[in-house]
Amino acid sequence: MSNTSSESTEQVFQSLTSANMSKKRRFRNAAASVAMVGAFLLAAIPLFAMGASVLSRGLGVVLTVDWWTQPIPGDVGRADLAGNEELCDLGFGDASECEAGESSTSVVEGMQPAIVGTFLTVFGASVMAIPLGILGAVYLHEYGKTGRLARFIRFMTDVMVGVPSVVMGVFIYTIWVLNFGTNGKSAFAASLALGCLMLPIVVRSTEEMLKLVPNALREASAALGTRTWKTTLKVVLPAASAGITSGCLLAVARAAGETAPVVFTIGYVTTTNFSMRGQNTTLSAQIYSQLTNGGSIATQLAWGAAVTLVGIVLVLTLTARAISSRLTIGNT
Amino acid sequence: MTTQLETPPAESEETPPNPLTEQGSGAVADGIFRRVTLLSGVAVLVILLLIAVTTTKQAWPAFSELGTSYFFGLEWIPSEGIYGIVPLVYGTVLVSLIAVFFAVPLSIGIALFVTELAHRRVRSSITLVIDLLAAVPSVVFGLWGFYQLIPIFQSVFNAIADAVSSIPVLNVIFAPGSGSSFMSAGLVLALMIIPIITSVTREVFLTVPENDKSGSLALGATRWEMIKGVVIPHSTGGLTGAVMLGLGRAMGETVAVALLIGASPQISANLFGRGETMPAQIFRSLSEAGGLYRSALIGLGVCLFVITIVVNVSARRMVLVIDRRIKGTA
Repeated sequence: MSNTSSESTEQVFQSLTSANMSKKRRFRNAAASVAMVGAFLLAAIPLFAMGASVLSRGLGVVLTVDWWTQPIPGDVGRADLAGNEELCDLGFGDASECEAGESSTSVVEGMQPAIVGTFLTVFGASVMAIPLGILGAVYLHEYGKTGRLARFIRFMTDVMVGVPSVVMGVFIYTIWVLNFGTNGKSAFAASLALGCLMLPIVVRSTEEMLKLVPNALREASAALGTRTWKTTLKVVLPAASAGITSGCLLAVARAAGETAPVVFTIGYVTTTNFSMRGQNTTLSAQIYSQLTNGGSIATQLAWGAAVTLVGIVLVLTLTARAISSRLTIGNT
Repeated sequence: MTTQLETPPAESEETPPNPLTEQGSGAVADGIFRRVTLLSGVAVLVILLLIAVTTTKQAWPAFSELGTSYFFGLEWIPSEGIYGIVPLVYGTVLVSLIAVFFAVPLSIGIALFVTELAHRRVRSSITLVIDLLAAVPSVVFGLWGFYQLIPIFQSVFNAIADAVSSIPVLNVIFAPGSGSSFMSAGLVLALMIIPIITSVTREVFLTVPENDKSGSLALGATRWEMIKGVVIPHSTGGLTGAVMLGLGRAMGETVAVALLIGASPQISANLFGRGETMPAQIFRSLSEAGGLYRSALIGLGVCLFVITIVVNVSARRMVLVIDRRIKGTA
């Protein structure tokens, strides 16, 4: 409807612009259009520049088998020194390593612990936040509706979306890590922090999707004598499943990329830890710590981790987009 | 319209107890399910409350022992046990304002481009680019900024500082500094908050009645005059809300800022000078801190929590007002 009307106004508009109009007005109009395109380019160009530099710097190391199967090299600073022959000649670095001619290439650049850790924490967070979030949204839309409590919860959920991720980290740090000491730092603790981050996002996106389910479906189900809970589980949620999945994937992508709440709840390891207990590490935490380590090998590791992380996040985001775009086509 | 008409009968059908199905397992299951969903909904409130209570409790030593010197102290020097949060609050606010200053015009431009200018086919690729910008993790922005942008910023900032060195006020604001500075962090942050501001702004622009726009064009307005005369005035409240949401997001952003701001808590008017923000300071130091230092850092978290809640609540209020107005007209 709105498209056809805007197209017809467009035509009127075209005929007017081509007719008599002062140069000044025409120029202003053109300048405004150029400015809008320019605004878009100013946002798009850095994005592509960033994509290009991340790929060019990090893709090489990611395409090796070692990257996915080997532990994170520990003392990369020393390896850097050992590989630098000029520094060896000047007497820096470990003498024995210099004599042995050990080069920086002998360092096996692996990232398996962080890849495993990322999947563990995000999985843990999803298991906690997604069911809770979907049920919460069901309450808001199917039971609470416009009641006082529901409106309050909805408002507070919006507020919680805006709470900085670092605060979630501080929260889990005080409630979990401080109570259990260093043993408290684990993939599980990081999952808790990421779960807190995901929960409001899941609630809000799920509720938006429940709104799209036609009321006729609920009424038809109710007319057959079905209880609300059964209608919700068997009719409403399946009807909204594509949209809910898409929203959840976006929440997962957001959690996978977070660094701040993870760093002080997860600790640090260089060997793969498949357990939710005990210290662990994630790709985002590795990017930060390798970057602060400095040196050529650490930098290489950071860029590689960035490529891996961006890859994971992109797959999640694009899948979510594909699901939701198919959904909107189906609706209209 | 139609859905609103259909809702009341559906509700009245469900709420009065139905004598046919009053007894039996169905009613019990319904009650249980309702309670489970209610508990899940309340979880959000519980978590928010827990955040407030536990962090405040841990931060209490700093609040009570340091008192006003904590909240109004002009110096943050942990090595000497001096914890005054003003430099960090200053850094947080300054960096966020820089980010909003650059991000808002761009976001409005992009939103106008999407809603008023772009063809339908172009529209989806624009939103794809903005979605991708939103998807990139903060730490990747930080990494890219740290290695690629800081050297560029360094030379650009120096050139600007040289150019304005003899102009009275500008030579204080744009004094020679370093590549990692308030301005560097603010610029990268601007890029990071463009998606959120753009998407809210777009929603707001989409609520402008088509009739008003057509009417303006029919009176002979150019597209730009139509935007200036109809779209923008109709959207001011919503735009303010969008800006506040962006501000809230910018204030809480951690890793990218931590990598680009230079880690030096100071109150300086020089935008090219090093600084520090609250989230960056927490992020950098919390793992190793103990005792009063830890309390002071957690206290920063409490302050950040309170500030972002205030900003977000006022932003939501503004967006809510818009919502109500739309529903009123529909």
